[in-house]
Amino acid sequence: MTNVIELQNVSYRYDKEQVLTDINLEIPKGSFLGIVGPNGSGKSTMLKLILGLLKPKNGEVFLFGEPLAKFKAWEKIGYVSQKANSFNTGFPATVYEVVASGLTKKTGLFKMIGRKSRPQIERAIHAVGMEDFMTRNIGELSGGQQQRVFIARAIVSDPDVLILDEPTVGVDVKNVQTFYNMLDRLNKELGITLLLVTHDTGTISNKVTHVACLNNTLHFHGSAEDFDQVKDDELSLFYGHDVHSLHHDHDHGHEVTP
Amino acid sequence: MIEAIFQYQFLQNAFLAGLLIGVIAPLLGAFIVVRRLSLIADALSHVTLSGIAASLLLSKTFVAFNGLNPLWLGMGFSVAGSLFIERLRNVYKHYQELAIPIILSGGIGIGVIFISLADGFNTDLFSYLFGSVSAVSRSDLYLIIGIAVVVIALVTILYKELFLLSFDEEFSKASGLQTGALHLIFMVITALVIAGSMRIVGILLVSSLMTLPVAAAMRVARGFKQTIILSVVFGEIAVIAGLFSAFYLDLAPGGTIVVSSILILLTSIAFKKWQTMRK
Repeated sequence: MTNVIELQNVSYRYDKEQVLTDINLEIPKGSFLGIVGPNGSGKSTMLKLILGLLKPKNGEVFLFGEPLAKFKAWEKIGYVSQKANSFNTGFPATVYEVVASGLTKKTGLFKMIGRKSRPQIERAIHAVGMEDFMTRNIGELSGGQQQRVFIARAIVSDPDVLILDEPTVGVDVKNVQTFYNMLDRLNKELGITLLLVTHDTGTISNKVTHVACLNNTLHFHGSAEDFDQVKDDELSLFYGHDVHSLHHDHDHGHEVTP
Repeated sequence: MIEAIFQYQFLQNAFLAGLLIGVIAPLLGAFIVVRRLSLIADALSHVTLSGIAASLLLSKTFVAFNGLNPLWLGMGFSVAGSLFIERLRNVYKHYQELAIPIILSGGIGIGVIFISLADGFNTDLFSYLFGSVSAVSRSDLYLIIGIAVVVIALVTILYKELFLLSFDEEFSKASGLQTGALHLIFMVITALVIAGSMRIVGILLVSSLMTLPVAAAMRVARGFKQTIILSVVFGEIAVIAGLFSAFYLDLAPGGTIVVSSILILLTSIAFKKWQTMRK
């Protein structure tokens, strides 16, 4: 089994608005895929479909080779959302408690996250370099630090895939590079497959192995090197004009393997 | 009062019931506050009022209902109200707070109709509204013990799930938790705590014991577990101080417990100020 995530002819619409049309995408194990696209291109919707938060109107999503409806091993998938709209900043929880909560599903119902999990939790906090803040309340940290804590929460259960939705929103420019270096380490050293959604095309292409350009349909999907070559044309096409000329790319694009 | 507690059964009842709700109200309150549901607890307590009024009316009109403890119907109304709130919150997805005034006024409105049908009640109703040191019966106490056992067991068993749901609902959905079922269980527990607490603090002041100790704890605590433990400690102090002063000064305990909670809250705010100023 080489594909961690696979989308087959997936379409989605909110009421009358078609957001995604016929998406075919295969994400091989160990890759670092950057998904880029303008606002409203359906990036977040696609992640929600992969996470099972939304159901596709057409097509099917496969996780680890299983159809999503049958998939149960959610602890294999770590998720880091756009910080701003998800969590409650005033929440009185320490960094340790937040990271520990990432073990909820894996620990199972009616069991507690006890002392046995402590080394595992501390390892995850170490991996994101937040060990000095373990007992601090999450609300006292900066946006970048909070985002690192959320990554730790996502990786504490040893997932095979980490899905990140615009994780650098609200993180200052200086820390963005450090942040990507950390992701790179997770990908290379821990072998975690990464799926990163962003509109920041500049930074991602030197870290990611694959790129997918999304604007309601998949315009490009291939290796990062190929993306660098077509980048300029692609990006100008992206924000307007003629998008049809590249349609064939997505038919063949998803067959590109590393 | 210590001596009197050993002497009089009604004081034992009040005191033991007070100690129990001093644990369960802040325990659940910690989750209610962080989930921004404080006002929902208030709305539910008003629904409990209509249940109490209905029960008092029934026992006044029908002899068969004479022995019925009003807490049972109060609890029933409260649980039904919690389920109804959830329906309303789904109907008005973008105006979820609308459920609060609907339920709150509905609860009071129905309660008032029952009260006027019965040509007004005696002091009994007053004790339900503002709590009472002398009105807690043995059967009330047993019911409160039962509620406390259920609530503490459920919150302990589901702690990590409730924590995750409260902290980050989207993430808990993405990690495959049954958030809908969990939330429903949470609302039913809330309804139980409200029904159990009102004998001591009174319907109108129930939500104070769920929110004020938590508000005080949040100023000084580090982390969520500490917030819960401190909330329970503050809740117990407020209940004990409130019951003692209510007994000696012949006041409604609801009032004295709330005033004690507010004093604790002010102290903790002042303490935090002093602490940051020293840094």
